[in-house]
Amino acid sequence: MTTSTQIAPRGFIQPRAGFVYRRTVNAIMLTLTGLATVLAVIPLLWIILHVTITGGKYINLALLTQMPVGLGQPGGGVLPALEGTILTTILSTLFSVPVAILAAFYAATRPNTPLGVAVRFGTDVLAGVPSIVIGLFAYAVIVLPQGHYSGLAAGVAVAIVMLPTVTRTTEEMLKLVPKNLREGSLALGAPEWITSLRVVLPAAASGVVTGIMLAIARGVGETAPLLFTALGNDRYEFGQIVTSGAQGRLPILTILNRVVDQPIDGLTLTMWKYAQQPFPERVQQSWAVALVLMLFVLLTNILVRWVISRNRVASR
Amino acid sequence: MATAQKPGSGFRLKSWWRHGDTAWQGIVIAMAFFVLVIMVAIGWSVWSASADSRAAFGFSFVAPTSDSNWDPVNSLFQAWPIITGTLVTAVIAIIIATPVSIGIAIFMSELCPTWLRQPLSFMIEMLAAIPSVVYGLWGVFVFLPQVVTPVGSFLSATLGWFPLFAGHIPPSGISRLAASLILTIMITPTITAVTRDVLLAIPNAQREAALAIGATQWEMIWQVLLPFGLSGILGAVILGLGRALGETMAVTMVIGNNTVESTGSLLVPGATLASTIANEFAEAVTKLHTSALIELGLILFVITLILNMIARLLVWRVASLIPTDSRG
Repeated sequence: MTTSTQIAPRGFIQPRAGFVYRRTVNAIMLTLTGLATVLAVIPLLWIILHVTITGGKYINLALLTQMPVGLGQPGGGVLPALEGTILTTILSTLFSVPVAILAAFYAATRPNTPLGVAVRFGTDVLAGVPSIVIGLFAYAVIVLPQGHYSGLAAGVAVAIVMLPTVTRTTEEMLKLVPKNLREGSLALGAPEWITSLRVVLPAAASGVVTGIMLAIARGVGETAPLLFTALGNDRYEFGQIVTSGAQGRLPILTILNRVVDQPIDGLTLTMWKYAQQPFPERVQQSWAVALVLMLFVLLTNILVRWVISRNRVASR
Repeated sequence: MATAQKPGSGFRLKSWWRHGDTAWQGIVIAMAFFVLVIMVAIGWSVWSASADSRAAFGFSFVAPTSDSNWDPVNSLFQAWPIITGTLVTAVIAIIIATPVSIGIAIFMSELCPTWLRQPLSFMIEMLAAIPSVVYGLWGVFVFLPQVVTPVGSFLSATLGWFPLFAGHIPPSGISRLAASLILTIMITPTITAVTRDVLLAIPNAQREAALAIGATQWEMIWQVLLPFGLSGILGAVILGLGRALGETMAVTMVIGNNTVESTGSLLVPGATLASTIANEFAEAVTKLHTSALIELGLILFVITLILNMIARLLVWRVASLIPTDSRG
């Protein structure tokens, strides 16, 4: 009948045609999506389990509290690496967070101005710039002019890695703050900057802090930006620098300068170097450091998730 | 200023100053600009720091050659094998990761029960959160001997006639194939997360309309949802490609850093732009060597910048296509 063929839908979907075939395709493809999910979860569990088991065998308190010992000797730790990572994290957080929060204020309050769009677009693009290129940048603008590798340069490089994460999460969080709060504060006569810093920011605080923590988790795991900024320095002793400075009654700024103005180590850097060495003790320490790093990153992420979901429930 | 002479000018000054709001605006705008300035500064610094190398080699630095040099001792640098290695590893990773990631995104947005969605997306995000150097360590000691070497020998035995699988994989598994497979794992979360967001943002009316005219669930996904979100998914894939091109540590640890491998084969040790920089920079003695490595960084920066801009525009476009009132 010509009429019925004309009435039938002209698109791709033809009812009744090969129904069994269509149902079979449906079942196969939907199963494949499930299999893809399983396929992606396998490496995650494999890595987590293997690092936990292998690293768990070699982890001990000495690893995080002692200086490295000579090559091929058992024992010792990676204290300089831990100190270096903490120092880099503090510096990069100090550098990135104020810039990120203020830029986020601009992007959140004026999202449709050319600059607002440019900031959102720019941070998204900056997030995609390979971290090794950011390392090259820090090398070119800090290490080359100064003539030596330093913790300061590492802090700047990691700060740029952290910047997009903090900016975007802060912006999202600021947008979630109810407009009434802001308008109420402005109506009471508070200037915009007091409104922003003392009303809007505290209202978004938990979200902003989670963004900062996510960025720190990312920054701590970065290796590439440290390669030619921090360089690595397994003789770095924070305690020794500070005590000798204090005994010499040096001004506090001089001591701080000594702390940041020399090559430092980092957990990721140490992991990378130890993994390539032909000494089993070093490789074992590399696994132990991997466990420390992985635990830090996973726990931070779980904590952040927990805080976010709690907030969501609270705001309902 | 004429008005400043009039009485009441103090009040005018105050209102102009608005209790510090002008300063606040100034600081906020300055910081917003600063974020953009960093982008420009990165580009400028790698451009100017690679001047020596650009002057010495010009176009021959990137020109395709069959017998190329990467010789720090004689200061001869040609990056073609490194560019080949970067493209081969990243493209293979994308080819494997894209269908898998789209599959996961479909499973998460369309099929899985709601209670499973959060834990699943958390697990996929963890895959992205694990530090690159941990991937590298696991890769060298576990993944390479247990997966890459068997797969590589199988490929070279069965498909060895195909140029992509020519040659024999080293017993250690160190090869471009190893880098590709680890990159596949590392970029899957990126593609999955963006694709899932795109799918979740598609209005339910689209799904209901397709199901109402008798489509199976898969036909609804394949013929309605994926075309609807196509530009966003394409953006997700390009983001993944950008990440694969720039990934450094894990690749450096498993690829072998063979900077003169001129074939396009997967089964031989190679090098990528990022891995060469990471591996050689701290040991570069001559100025020209450093400069050549920075020029590799310049190439990497330009490629990833362009890819990311395209990807973000595509993802933003699909977001603007979706009417905000018809979500959920």
